[in-house]
Formats: sequence, C-alpha cells, structure tokens
Amino acid sequence: MSQSLITMSYLAATILFILSLSGLSHQETARRGNYYGMIGMAIAIIATTLTLNGAVNAYVVLILALLIGGSIGAMAALKVEMTQMPELVAIMHSLVGMAAVLVGYANFMDPGAALSGAEKTIHELEIYIGILIGAVTFSGSVIAFGKLSGKINGKPLLIPLRHWLNLGLLIFVIGLGQVFLEQTESGGGLYPLLIMTFIALIFGVHMVMAIGGADMPVVVSMLNSYSGWAAAATGFMLSNDLLIVTGALVGSSGAILSYIMCRAMNRNFLSVIAGGFGTGTGEAAAVEGDVYPIDAEETAQLLLAAKNIMIIPGYGMAVAQAQHTVNDITKLLREKGKKVRFGIHPVAGRMPGHMNVLLAEAKVPYDIVYEMDEINEDFPNVDVTIVIGANDIVNPSALDDPNSPIAGMPVLECWKGGTTVALKRSMASGYAGVGNPLFVLENTRMLFGDANDTMQAVLKALQG
Amino acid sequence: MKIGIPKEIHEGEKRVATTPEAAEKIIKMGFEICLESGAGAGADISDEAYKEVGVKIVKSAKTLWDEADIIMKVRPPERHPELAMDEVELLPEGGHLISFIWPAQNEDLMQKLAAKGATVLAMDSVPRISRAQKLDALSSMANIAGYRAVIEAAQHFGRFFTGQITAAGKIPPAKVLVIGAGVAGLAAIGAAKSMGAIVRAFDTRPEVKEQIESMDAEFLMLDFKEEGAGTGGYAKTMSKEFIEAEMALFARQAMEVDIIITTALIPGKPAPELITQGMVKSMKPGSVIVDLAAEQGGNCALTEKDKVVVRHDVTIIGYTNLPSRLANQSSQLYATNLRHFLTELCPEKNGILNVNMDDEVICGATVIKEGKITWPPPPPKISLTPPPQTDAPAYPAVLAQQKKPAIPDAIRPFIPLVIGGLALFGIGSVAPASFMSHFTVFVLACFIGYQVIWNVTPALHTPLMSVTNAISGIIVIGALVQISAPGNLAMILAGLAILIASINIAGGFLVTRRMLEMFRK
Repeated sequence: MSQSLITMSYLAATILFILSLSGLSHQETARRGNYYGMIGMAIAIIATTLTLNGAVNAYVVLILALLIGGSIGAMAALKVEMTQMPELVAIMHSLVGMAAVLVGYANFMDPGAALSGAEKTIHELEIYIGILIGAVTFSGSVIAFGKLSGKINGKPLLIPLRHWLNLGLLIFVIGLGQVFLEQTESGGGLYPLLIMTFIALIFGVHMVMAIGGADMPVVVSMLNSYSGWAAAATGFMLSNDLLIVTGALVGSSGAILSYIMCRAMNRNFLSVIAGGFGTGTGEAAAVEGDVYPIDAEETAQLLLAAKNIMIIPGYGMAVAQAQHTVNDITKLLREKGKKVRFGIHPVAGRMPGHMNVLLAEAKVPYDIVYEMDEINEDFPNVDVTIVIGANDIVNPSALDDPNSPIAGMPVLECWKGGTTVALKRSMASGYAGVGNPLFVLENTRMLFGDANDTMQAVLKALQG
Repeated sequence: MKIGIPKEIHEGEKRVATTPEAAEKIIKMGFEICLESGAGAGADISDEAYKEVGVKIVKSAKTLWDEADIIMKVRPPERHPELAMDEVELLPEGGHLISFIWPAQNEDLMQKLAAKGATVLAMDSVPRISRAQKLDALSSMANIAGYRAVIEAAQHFGRFFTGQITAAGKIPPAKVLVIGAGVAGLAAIGAAKSMGAIVRAFDTRPEVKEQIESMDAEFLMLDFKEEGAGTGGYAKTMSKEFIEAEMALFARQAMEVDIIITTALIPGKPAPELITQGMVKSMKPGSVIVDLAAEQGGNCALTEKDKVVVRHDVTIIGYTNLPSRLANQSSQLYATNLRHFLTELCPEKNGILNVNMDDEVICGATVIKEGKITWPPPPPKISLTPPPQTDAPAYPAVLAQQKKPAIPDAIRPFIPLVIGGLALFGIGSVAPASFMSHFTVFVLACFIGYQVIWNVTPALHTPLMSVTNAISGIIVIGALVQISAPGNLAMILAGLAILIASINIAGGFLVTRRMLEMFRK
C-alpha cells in the first residue's frame, strides 16, 4: 500500500472517530455513531497491517494477539454487570496506559529509526513522556479499579507532606529526563527509563490513593483523559497523526467530563487531584430533629393521590438492584395517567452518566429521564418525590450551610415540592459523610429498609 | 394479651376505638381482640366486618371487661347506664386502660383508677413531639372537628359558600373568619376554601402565617409585636394591650364576615372570650358562628354548650361532639392512632404490652402506672423548636471579608492566553518542522474534541467513556508498526501491546453497543 493511501485511510478513520463521538449527542444517533467507530478502527488496523513487510512470524504473533485480546474484550463486554461499568472503564484505562508503556519501550529498542540532532532529542523526549503518562495512567487506573470494586478501602490515604512528595517526584523525573537524554547520545538510557517508569507507577498509585470515594467520578474521567494523552504522546513518538488526533479527542473528552463532574460537586479540579475530600475544617451545622417514618402502603397511597411524581435515584438504588422494581412502579403509575419523571444528578452513580445506563438497563424510557438542570426549577409543581438510595445529591445544607463540606454543590431541590419520600436503609450519612437535614424536614417521610424490598412492597400495594 | 373494645356508653357518642382495618394489624402484632356486640354500629361498622378479620364478638359488656387484659375506649370511663355500675368497677384489678382521660379535669376518676391498681394510658396526654404525631389522637379529632365545623356552618347558613355568576345574577362568595389556626383551624380553612368561600384567619402565633397562606387563606395581621407561642405547640395568654387590639380587629371583621369559626383554646384554662355580645349583634342576619371551644366555656359570649341557638338573628353552634358527628371517619383515625400507640408499646410484636417509662412518648401518655399516679409527666423536650428569630442575618456577610484578588479581574481572563502563547512560542523556537506539523494536528484535534464532546448529552456520558476507551485502543497502530521491527524483545513487547489494545477495542465497542441498545423510548 502506498504511503498516500495509508494517509488517506487514516484520514477516513479519523473522520469516522469524530462522527462516532458526535453521534453521541443524541440517543437516536448514538448507535450509528458506535458503528462508525468500529468501521474506523477496522480501516485503521487493516491499512496498517497491509503495509507491514516483516517476517511471517510477525503476522502470526499479530493475529494471535488480536484474536486473544479481542475475545477477552468481547467476553468482558458481554459479561459485565451495568453496576460494574466504572470498574470496567477503569481497567480499560489501565490497559491503554500499559499499551502506551509497552509501545514506548518497543520503540525505544527499535534501532531502525535513524534520527539526529534536534529531531532525535525530541523523539527521545517523546518516548520519555509517552512512557511517563502511560505508566501514571496504568497504575492510577489499577488503584481506581481497586477502589471502585471495593478491593481497596475507598477512604483517602493521606500521607503527611504528600504535596511535597509529589513535587519531589516531579522534579526527580525531570532531572532523570536530563540524564536519560544525555545517555541516549551514547546509545544507552535504558536504566533512567526504567527508574522513571517505576517512579511514574508510584506517582499514579499515590495520586489515586489520596482521592476519596466521593470523588471517584472525577478520577475515572480524569484517567480517561490521561489515557487519551498517553495515546497522543505515542502518536508523537511514532509520528503518526491518526494516533495524535484520536488521543487528543479522547484526552479532551476526559478533560471535559472531569470538568463537568467537578462543577457538579462544586469542587476545584486541582483540589480533587490533590486529594483529601471530606477533611474540611469548617464546623457543619449538626442535623437535629425527628424523622417521620412512613410505610410502604402509605407511600402507595401518596403516589396514588399525586399527579406529578419525581423519582431521584442514587447509587444506593443500584446497590439494592431496585431499578427493575422502580421501573415496574413507574410503568404502573404512568398507566394510571400520572406524570412520572426521573431526576438525575450528574454525580449520581459512580461515573458520569452511570445512572442513565442503569435506568436504561431496567428499560426506563430515556425520554422521562431528565438532568438536574432541566428539572430543578420544576420541583414546586411536583406532588411527590421519591428519593431512592441518594443522600448528598438531595442535601439542602449544600445550599444554605456555608460550613457544610458540600457547600455550594448544586443539588436536586426536592424539598420544594409537595412531599418527599426518602428510602434509606438507616439514618447513616452519605458517601461524603455529611448529615442531611432533608430527612428531618416536615414534608419529608422516611421509608426505612432495603430499597428493593420496600419498592416491591410499594408495587404490591399499588397493584392491590 | 387480650384487648377488649366496649361499646361507648356516653350519650350521643358514636365512635368506636377500633376498626376492622386497624384490628387486623393489631392482631398481627400478636394481640387478641374481643369486641362488644354492636360497638361499631354508631360508626356504621357491623359485627360481621370485625368477625372477618378475626375479632371475637362478645355479647355483654360485663364479660368483655372481665375477659380483657387491656381495654381500649374513646371516652373516659363513666357510669354504665344499663349495668348501673361504674366502668372503673368493671375494670379488672391491675388491668390496662387506653382512652381519653383528661386527668386534669377528672381527679376523682384518677383516684378511682389508681385504687384499682390499673395502668392507664391517656390518649390526650400523648406528648406533642414530632415522633408522636402518628399517635396524636387530639390532632386527629381536631382535624375532624374543624372539617365538621364548616359542614355544620354550611347547613345553617342560608347561602352558597362559593361565588357564582349565573343567568339569574351574581352570587357573592361567603366570607369565613377562622380564629385560631391550630389543627382544627387549619382543617376548617381547608374545608371552607375548597367549598369556595373567601377565608380569613387569625392566630396569635405569627409563625402560622405561612401555613395559613399556603392554604390560600388571608392571614389577618395584628399590628402588634408579641410572641404568642407557648410550650407544646399551644398558644398562651396574651397581654392586655394585645387583647384589646385583637378585639378591635374581631369587631371590624364581625361586621363584614358571614361565618365565624372559633377554635381558640389555652390549655388548662377556660376558653378566652373573643366574640362579645356586641359583635354578634353587629353581624349580618343569617350569619353563623361555630364555637369549637364550647366545651371549655366557648369563645363566644352567647355560646350554649351542645346546643344550636339563634341570638340576634345569628346562629351559634356549640356542639362539643363534632368528631362523633363524623363517626366513621373519626373512628378510623382514632383506631389508627391507637394502633400506632400499640406499635410503640409492643415493639417486639409479641402481643405483650411493655410500658417503658424511659420512652418519652409512653412516659408522657402514662397517667397511672400500676396504681401509682404518674401524671403530670416531666416536661417534654421540644425537639423542633424553631431557633429564635433575630434581626442579624444567620451568617455574616462573607463577601465583605473576601480578600481582594492580587490580579485585577479585567486582566485575569487573559493570563492563560498569555501563558499559552508564550509556551507555544517557546516550542516553536526550538522544535523542528516535522514536529510542528504534528503539533498543529494535535492542537486542532483538541479543539475538535472540545466542540464535539460538549454536544454529547449528559445521559450518554458512560457510553462516551466506553467508546473513547475503545478508540483509544487505536494505540494498537503504534504496536502494529513496531511488530515488524527487528529484534525479538521489541516484537514481544509490541505483541503484548497489541493483545492489550485489542481487549480495549473489542471490549469498548461491544459494551458501548450493549449499553446503547438499552436506551429505548
């Protein structure tokens, strides 16, 4: 295949990738967008493979690797539970990071490239940076995976002087880069590279360990961004525009998602990265007062009497696997002519858009699922709001208590509606460890128990 | 334990202490229930309905009182007209009694019950704290009384409540004044409002203003500063000046309104006289006054207890049994209150009463414990007292204390631009041409990414992440290029990279597809 033809196919792949992402702007075009992505990927791989003029065993390795990797990926994709999506995404980020590291090393050992002068220096620097980002992405994502799957404690690990430690590591890596460049002049440089990889791995681990469970959505999207930058760095290293463009697309996508997540929690991106959420110094007002319990039957009565119903799901709903029951209730209420809507906070769930997927899995029609910004002003018209397994995202103290650790975070203002029924296992505080005055408001009723069991009971009461 | 429900013997009392629905749940708690035949008749509940849920019907009152360990009633015990003996005598030694008692007004009764060694729980003494709201029978009954008061008024009022414009001419809406916006007052406001009347309400406690206005009624402001809230959610006696201002307001209103419903009560004291004879005289002929405080002497000077009288062409209703006049509804609510109370008293659901005096609610309601008078209870802790309103804002103006930024706001937005520009200039000055072309592509791609991603609907952010996962598997291209390079180690590394990246590609695209298939209308 001629060079121009390859460039052309790469261009086609690039455009298909962009179309794939822009397809996601709406549910109807999203499926088509995904196929564009697949076609783009196929074109890129086939075009690259056709240009290979290596030995036969290179092809054997290639096809074997593609087949094995592909089937592992397919298995994972078909088996994964939707609640485990954040884990899957995190582990995939780590794979990209790992691949970037491996490609970097392979490229470093490839004596074929004959460059000199500034071009050589830049090339070595690209290898160095590519491996650095790849390694940070890899170890950070592995830790994120561990935290999301509960294998590692979600609490932030705060080493004393951690900011200085990070700074020291950074300076050391820069110095090491200098050593590396000098050594490559004489054909060496493997050891500085290995040491740097090790430090980068430690840096990644330390960075994610210091970030608390509540900030996981930000971490996942941040690592998404890193994996993109790792791919882009690899593209620079190999002078491959397709890699650069794709990496830049993915990188900016992750960056925007991190930004959206930070804004949804009213958190500064830098302070999330620096870690240590929930250790604020301000004294939050203690929550006092009595709760008004309610039982499933009374909840059903409330729902039957209401016209305009809002459901606010949180991750607790997914944990209790109550989304299918919730969907049955929704269907029943809609058949009775009630207006039922879902209000989704951007950080409901454990990654951006997670709750939408969980609801979609339970077959909740997506046109009754609304984002916070779309429905927050409508709460005064809502008769009954059901809060299922959510806490911090419906916490009024975020708006009126300047000392609350979540002060300033936009929340779903359900207390402005008629009655709020909050489903909760017990009176424990939420992910962020903050007390919630919503539960003692006069128009709030508490429905205690396992979310799925109580929702089943409500469903039964509605049918009966 | 066995619960006995006797037929109420007070004249005109139609309520009953339990309904079949409540009984069913009480039986589930492990209790047995027996009911005197015909006890539910006044509230239109037949013996058969009780039998269906497992209640035993007992023919005579005497056997019922003898058999039961716990007696649940509405009214306090009194002399039984048929058996010619006091109900207290019927109560077995050491038995339990749950009913309205009014211990302050019925000292004799208390002594007699104590002599019996009984344990007596008074539904009227349940502390008014929020946890106990579901067993607050006073509120339930007040709610019904308020509603019924409007119905009684409507019956004696010669006109529509609602205004209408008909072919025969315009009908003005009735004007209703509700004095005292407690539970009964609010219920009256709601009922009158839903019948279409213009409703005004007055209360000495300014904090109820919001509640009144939320029901679309007009709150009559008194231009006078005095806090009217006493303990336990009741009002207190006000100062002389306040009362004068209040009376002047009522006098003005009396000339204007068609219906007055008074609900003003001060615990342990006779009801305050708010509507004087002069005000009644000044009212339009055909007007109606419903006095819910008739039991305590009445808010209107001309009220006669338990009677409807017409004075100066104004109908004055002094019924004290309004809840009983809505017997089915009030029995239902009272039975539910009792059921909730039993849930508190029997937390283990084993059918055994546990009069736990450490519990604030039970301690407050228990007036006699095993023959010992425990009334009045220690004063309840009010958990939901609103913090005293002060003129100072809740938190001092934070804005004023903010430090002045080191850099003026006008320059701020340009700083990143300047830094970015300098960085680009720095790179441009040292980088070779080949790098620059790649760099151009990179920067442009970042911008495209920025534009495209902001358009992605938030609902699809998870599929976005998984699809970006898949396409960042494009790193496989890098590995593909390397695999044909000489050297086994490089080939193995590249092979591994291909394997890993292809996990991403296949996994990412397929899981995205799986997710997107779920998004259906």
